[in-house]
Amino acid sequence: MNIDSIKNGYVIDHIRAGRGMQIYEALHLNDLDCQVAIITNAKSQKMGKKDIIKIDREIPIDIDALGFIDHNITVNIVKDDKIIEKRKLMLPEKVVNIAKCNNPRCITSIEKDLDQIFILTDRENEVYRCKYCEMSLKQHNE
Amino acid sequence: MKHLIDIKDLSIEEIDNLIKVAKDIIANPEKYSHKCDGKKLATLFFEPSTRTRLSFESAMLSLGGNVLGFSEASSSSVSKGESVSDTIRVVGCYCDIIAMRHPKEGAPFVASIKSTVPIINAGDGGHNHPTQTLTDLLTIECEKNRLDNLTIGLCGDLKFGRTVHSLITAMCRYKNIKFVLISPDELKLPEYVKKGVLEKNNIEYCETKDIEEYMGDLDILYMTRVQKERFFNEADYIRLKDYYILNKNKLKKAKKDLCILHPLPRVNEISTDVDDDPRACYFRQANYGRYIRMALILKMLEVK
Repeated sequence: MNIDSIKNGYVIDHIRAGRGMQIYEALHLNDLDCQVAIITNAKSQKMGKKDIIKIDREIPIDIDALGFIDHNITVNIVKDDKIIEKRKLMLPEKVVNIAKCNNPRCITSIEKDLDQIFILTDRENEVYRCKYCEMSLKQHNE
Repeated sequence: MKHLIDIKDLSIEEIDNLIKVAKDIIANPEKYSHKCDGKKLATLFFEPSTRTRLSFESAMLSLGGNVLGFSEASSSSVSKGESVSDTIRVVGCYCDIIAMRHPKEGAPFVASIKSTVPIINAGDGGHNHPTQTLTDLLTIECEKNRLDNLTIGLCGDLKFGRTVHSLITAMCRYKNIKFVLISPDELKLPEYVKKGVLEKNNIEYCETKDIEEYMGDLDILYMTRVQKERFFNEADYIRLKDYYILNKNKLKKAKKDLCILHPLPRVNEISTDVDDDPRACYFRQANYGRYIRMALILKMLEVK
């Protein structure tokens, strides 16, 4: 399968297989009118299978959102057909409106117009807790 | 402006100072009887809790202040669909300080973001109840004359019991504290408290299902109620609710100066035959609650 290389933009690589669409949605890529390619289940020596997203435009990328969803992702920045930077991601200290608290007892389940805020409370075990009810986000990276 | 949402909002110095003021109020109540003349406390209880609300109201009245508020959501505009944020903005126009209880966890934090007056969290679901923890600390200080060098048994629902989690967090700051965690397997202290609080602070602890196993070692025995509202499955609640019943017989090996605490209300977990034992401190504990809330109101209103 051939997919054109991009001139100026991003190649988001080493996405865990199956997470491509989640990242597509988190970055609101459906709002763009440039070429965007999602490759799912691409062969990878390191990962076995992986997803890749190519974006043929220089747009502001929400690095925190990417790091939160999967901090093993690599963001390659492409300029004039060449990769000029490989950016490694880290777990952000705080994420806003990327994930939703699943605790039915949390105030965010009833109060309108509240930002969904999660704080990194345990970097080693990748634990985020809701700013309001402190429930951990268990589905994170599972 | 300062709010009290979580016991961690207070430094150890601030807690020690609140305890000092509360002890002075106990010794000299008349000195404080007009400290809050002209001030108003609003008690916003979005779920009923008679004893906590009355404790707050009694505290403010004992300081010479006035109280207003509601005792359940159905008698407030919440029943018309008003948000916490809007309620707080409006109520802040009518009072100097708010004590708020809400069934949703994090509601007092939301209130604190929007409020123009200090907010005291009077309990938010199974999350925080900082004034209960302050009450527990004042009780221990008054009954044992110290907050360090204590072996504390925590018995019952250690999984959902917010008072237990807050008390552990608060007591970890003092020297030479040991915990004995007494619970059935289903209600054990969560790993994040064990690892994130006890082990992180190098606090010695052990776990047991048998309430009598370490009875002779304890300086404090903190009993808790298994709360029906924390269970999604009623069968689990029925199976576990009477797992521990403390009675005179089980206290045979206990120290003469053991201090038995309970945040109340109790159901069956402490037999009434223990009530007359001088080691039963739980009704005195309720009285200490009023004094520490008086000290807290003074601090938050910055009344000298």
